[in-house]
Amino acid sequence: MEYWLPVVYVSIMGLALLVYVILDGYDLGVGMLLPAASEAEKDTMIASIGPFWDANETWIVLGIGVLLIAFPKAHGVVLTALYIPVTLMLFGLTLRGVAFDMRVKAGDKRKGMWNRAFFIGSLVASMSQGWMLGFYITGLQNNPVSLIFAALIAITLPALYVMLGAAWLMMKTETELFNKAVKWARIALLPMGICLLLVSIATPLASSVIAERWFTLPAAIGLLPIPLSCALVYFGMSWLLSKPVLLKRGWGWLLFGGLVVICIMASLGLAYSIFPDIIIGQMDIWTAAAATDSLLFLLYGVAITLPAIIGYSIFVYRVFHGKATELSYE
Amino acid sequence: MEFDPFVLARIQFAANISFHILFPAISIGLAWLLFYFRVRFTLSGDQLWDYTYNFWVKIFALTFALGVVSGITMSFQFGTNWPGFMEKAGNIAGPLLGYEVLTAFFLEASFLGIMLFGKNRVSNRLHLIATFLVAFGTMLSAFWILSLNSWMQTPAGHVIVNGEFMVESWWEVIFNPSFPYRLAHMVIASLLTSAFLVAGVSAWRALKGMDGPGTWKVMKTGVVLAAVLTPLQIFVGDLHGLNTLEHQPAKVAAMEAAWETEKGAPLVLFGWPDEDRRETRWALEIPKGASLILTHELDGEIRGLNEFEGEHPPVAMVFWAFRIMVGMGVLMLIVSWWGGWSLRGEHKPGKPLLHVLSWMTFSGWVAVLAGWYVTEIGRQPWIVYGLLKVKDVVADHSSATLTGTLAGYLLLYVFLLASYIGAIRYLATKPARSQALTPGYTTKHAPTE
Repeated sequence: MEYWLPVVYVSIMGLALLVYVILDGYDLGVGMLLPAASEAEKDTMIASIGPFWDANETWIVLGIGVLLIAFPKAHGVVLTALYIPVTLMLFGLTLRGVAFDMRVKAGDKRKGMWNRAFFIGSLVASMSQGWMLGFYITGLQNNPVSLIFAALIAITLPALYVMLGAAWLMMKTETELFNKAVKWARIALLPMGICLLLVSIATPLASSVIAERWFTLPAAIGLLPIPLSCALVYFGMSWLLSKPVLLKRGWGWLLFGGLVVICIMASLGLAYSIFPDIIIGQMDIWTAAAATDSLLFLLYGVAITLPAIIGYSIFVYRVFHGKATELSYE
Repeated sequence: MEFDPFVLARIQFAANISFHILFPAISIGLAWLLFYFRVRFTLSGDQLWDYTYNFWVKIFALTFALGVVSGITMSFQFGTNWPGFMEKAGNIAGPLLGYEVLTAFFLEASFLGIMLFGKNRVSNRLHLIATFLVAFGTMLSAFWILSLNSWMQTPAGHVIVNGEFMVESWWEVIFNPSFPYRLAHMVIASLLTSAFLVAGVSAWRALKGMDGPGTWKVMKTGVVLAAVLTPLQIFVGDLHGLNTLEHQPAKVAAMEAAWETEKGAPLVLFGWPDEDRRETRWALEIPKGASLILTHELDGEIRGLNEFEGEHPPVAMVFWAFRIMVGMGVLMLIVSWWGGWSLRGEHKPGKPLLHVLSWMTFSGWVAVLAGWYVTEIGRQPWIVYGLLKVKDVVADHSSATLTGTLAGYLLLYVFLLASYIGAIRYLATKPARSQALTPGYTTKHAPTE
């Protein structure tokens, strides 16, 4: 138990953050694409994420919640080190969450202002998350290399979200907006690739332990599917984007699927690199874990509620399945 | 100028938590009101209840969004501002917060989509269920977070091993001594806050000539609910106070500005508690009043602040916050009973009542904030009452960092609060859809919602 409980919780945390990146990733991406669309298209874009964004955002609360609940000793260290980007991210998430409602409720005169707020909030939140990721995987060290690296991820992670957003729009929209989404995805593809490459290169460089894990035989061969599948999917997506005809015939979901595969592979790679540390090179999950009794008490809840959450989340996605229609309270 | 980082961390957390509580204070109660509107519509088929629902669900969505985003901020600030708390009390606080996320947050957020935008996509029955689940989710959320807050006020069911709190009995932790009182007090407070909100906004619409028969139905709902709940709240509040006297005597001593332990202590109505001189200046007192109220005996003993010197809360703030809360409660009682009387049968109230109701729109906020200040400032200097002090768990940030982020938060909150009230005002200034159903209806305004 004392061995397994922290492992179970770190897996739940990883899963929650992965689901967060995919789900809130697409609606943050749609937010960042907002200024590139016409006024009418903006409404459709917002309508496509309207019923979902709230629940999407809850996954980060679960992810951070598990860090707080299961690994209280690491939670304090991580969040203290990430104080400024966390604060900025919270400003961003707050602004966009409010803007989402305000743009249709505060009168037409202010709609433009709230659209801008939605964009800025989405961008700030995405960049802060990139910064946090970059800073975390280089071990929360305040040196120039870490800071430059964090800045690079801050610039490139939003590209992944933009890709997710564009792919989402391909599934949820038609005609002119659909064509724009294809164009946006093409632009975002390269920066997203750079982001993935940087993260992959940096983690082994940040720690010799990680490098050893990746580059010693026979583990290296066993791990080969991770970079290979990412590369394959990447070029597959690049090819798909050059064939708008296929996308129009309803294969847009393949693009989203490809991105999901990349996200899963990247998180598996990260998990393999970092495990069993919770703060790279400083603290492992067993040192950081809360008392066994407490973890066990919550585990019953997790075992019952998590399947239920996944079940009704799928249900809600099915209710709002299909091309986005105008959001109406009536 | 250099500020004390500890004070700044507290101000920042207080600002966040004060801003946050405004929205759950409305959304818990409003969710149940919306469920009620929906049930009335389903049972009667009366279109007016549908219009009422459509109007208020927009305000609910806005309120809910603000509650979510400010709540996310809070979940991070536990770690950024008070890392020591999670290190020492994480074994207790963690699972309670975990259960809140798992049982409440996902439930609310997921079914909110259907509640807001799903009316045409699902059956009325399913929509009704979704509305119920959202309302139920807000209650579950209140259950867990208030359980944790109450545990910090009246800790139970734990042992301390090497400075770390360990759980001995989850039942005693969750249902700690002050929890049932605090939960009841807060849920009723939220219902009252939304009752005055719907009554106040409806009165304002009536004053602007934007009302229809639907507006009157909802105003009456709000007023009647308030008239029933206010006395109940006063009763529950009294029980909560007696519970506090038993477990947190220093807090009650600050509320009453009682310096010396005495039998037959007077009730200080007003005055200025002066901590340097350790006396209340210009006190207006009722002899033996405090003893009578708190112990229900004329000569009951009240323990004074001097018994807790160095370990009691700042007196003046608790003293005044308590008077503001009680004053608001009395005002609510008068206005709701006056309103209930004026709206009996098919009576329409006069302008004075409509004006007073519209002034009272956000009266719930004042009472809720004042009440929370009493209980939270009243807990100081402890974070876990009697066991762990706030200053021992604070994060080590520079005062420049904290000043900068605090200024940012304050600006954002002022802006958001102004926008929120502005949006409600904007929505309320549009003619009610039910207005078109008024006999002899003519207007220049086209009904827009």
